[in-house]
Amino acid sequence: MTSVILSTATRYMLPLLLLFSVFLLLRGHSEPGGGFVGGLVAAASFAFYAFAYNVKQARRALRINPRVFIGVGLLIAVSSATYSLFLGKSFMTGIWTETEFPVFGAIGTPFIFDVGVYLVVLGVILTIVFSLAEGEQ
Amino acid sequence: MNILLILPIIIPFITGIILILAWNNRPFQRAFSVVGAAALLIAGLALLRDVWQNGIQVAQMGGWPAPFGITLVADLLSCIMVILGGIMVLSIGIYSLMDVDKGRESFGYYPLLHILMMGISGSFLTGDLFNLYVWFEVMLMSSFVLLVLGGERNQLEGGIKYVTLNLLSSAIFLAAVGAMYGLVGTVNMADLAVMVQRGEQAGIIQTLATMFLIAFGIKAAIFPLFFWLPSSYHTPPAGVSAIFAGLLTKVGVYTLIRVFTLIFILDVGYTHTIILVLAGFTMVSGVLGAATQNEMRRILSFHIISQIGYMIMGLGLYTPLALAGSVFYIMHHIIVKANLFLVSGVVNRLRGTYQLKKLGGLYRVYPMLGVLFLIPAFSLAGVPPLSGFWAKFALIRAALEIDSYLIVAAALVVSLLTLFSMTKIWGEVFWKADPAEHPETEENPPLSQLAYLIIPIAGLALITVSIGLFSEPFFALAIDAAKQLLNPAEYIQAVNPVVGGSL
Repeated sequence: MTSVILSTATRYMLPLLLLFSVFLLLRGHSEPGGGFVGGLVAAASFAFYAFAYNVKQARRALRINPRVFIGVGLLIAVSSATYSLFLGKSFMTGIWTETEFPVFGAIGTPFIFDVGVYLVVLGVILTIVFSLAEGEQ
Repeated sequence: MNILLILPIIIPFITGIILILAWNNRPFQRAFSVVGAAALLIAGLALLRDVWQNGIQVAQMGGWPAPFGITLVADLLSCIMVILGGIMVLSIGIYSLMDVDKGRESFGYYPLLHILMMGISGSFLTGDLFNLYVWFEVMLMSSFVLLVLGGERNQLEGGIKYVTLNLLSSAIFLAAVGAMYGLVGTVNMADLAVMVQRGEQAGIIQTLATMFLIAFGIKAAIFPLFFWLPSSYHTPPAGVSAIFAGLLTKVGVYTLIRVFTLIFILDVGYTHTIILVLAGFTMVSGVLGAATQNEMRRILSFHIISQIGYMIMGLGLYTPLALAGSVFYIMHHIIVKANLFLVSGVVNRLRGTYQLKKLGGLYRVYPMLGVLFLIPAFSLAGVPPLSGFWAKFALIRAALEIDSYLIVAAALVVSLLTLFSMTKIWGEVFWKADPAEHPETEENPPLSQLAYLIIPIAGLALITVSIGLFSEPFFALAIDAAKQLLNPAEYIQAVNPVVGGSL
């Protein structure tokens, strides 16, 4: 299926959606949003791309195998939870920076955990979508 | 903060992650999977040593004190279960090196195996009812995939039954947790125990207890909720069915023991009598089901059910000796049952079938394999001096002490019928003449070529024999575990010193 409208729109939508997903991820710290929904939006942008063109090109646009995102995301999440152990605190204790950054505010391990969730969701959804789409072709 | 409590959960998790990242590097996956399994076993042993010396260990996640945060608790029973899990995953990890084909390996068999172990260890260590539900789901997700990985027709058929029944059980479990929370306002097990002991709204608590009994009963495959088990466990590769047979139903038994010794002990005469009756029916229906089967793994699957009956029997009797018998039985059973499945896998590999009719004459070609089958088979039936004898001895003695003669009769008859089933497999597979004459030369590879399959079988057989011959320390451990179970105050005190102190 090739639709000029969809493929043209997707080309502009992809970066916007990715930007929006990062916005959701950052906002999620103290307001509605977060890694899960951010990851979903990011995955949706690449899923769009796969529908507008094809899976092969979507994979090329993503550059990395979505499975790697799952592994890296899990690794980031587990290391953010483990970090507190090295400071002699309980597993999964939130550790925060002293200084505040302009846009982010203070950065802590819960945020890093959320980044891991973002990547895992992105990887899982895309693995599923790509496999299903490839199965159809 | 005791790091040992987290290791049995984190080690399989990190192993799983590294295996996912090394998706296309199969040689590395195979080697690292065994390393991760060994690390889990070592972590379990270290945890047991700590708990043995210093009493029940507790870790509060994120530094939030109980009952507000998630609590991990390790008492002796938890440690024993974690170690058994470690032994299982190490054996299966080695066995799978030869048993699992390339297709399954390249679709993520090893990562799934370790994520499964993470769920199992988590279930053993958590002290929080909702967290237990989460670990169940982690465990079930990976077990669903492991069960159907390979996509053979009968695997999918068995998978559907397995998934449906387990989802039903999860739904009941979740509903019960929700109702419990609505009733007493906590999901922390130690806190729940305190609330329930106050004896308010005893009727609703009793109803909830039954819901938990049904939810965990489906997972543990007790009567009359066992039918999903024999229709699914014989479908995946032998290694997978061995770890399912060894560990998964025992997670159900563990949770039954946990909630019915810690939380629902208000009206023991009522709940535990139900459990005892169910135990009797579970034993009998399992062993009778096995007698009608003619496929090696289906016979063994039905025997899982009858053995679950023995483990629940100890819980139903609810005396120190009976609970120690249950704990000892779990130790014995996990090792023996998985071993029998592993042997059946070797038989299938040598002869290409599990059907008793098509098998025969294996003893003549492989006497060693015959011996390796006989050890767990006799142990399962309870022939002295193997581990199964002491397990049954303890349970039956405990039942005689409180004059429950009916359950003693059931246990003894079932034991005899188990022996009948095992001799049936022995006679059909190893002893009778081979129905299809195999040319001696090419189709009979020496066992040394199957080293990866034989090493775990021999290792597990060695454990069975040593538990049997040197049962004293193992039994002492089981007795201490039972004492801890029967004294919930110790558990509550460890989790929440403020509440525990006022008891």
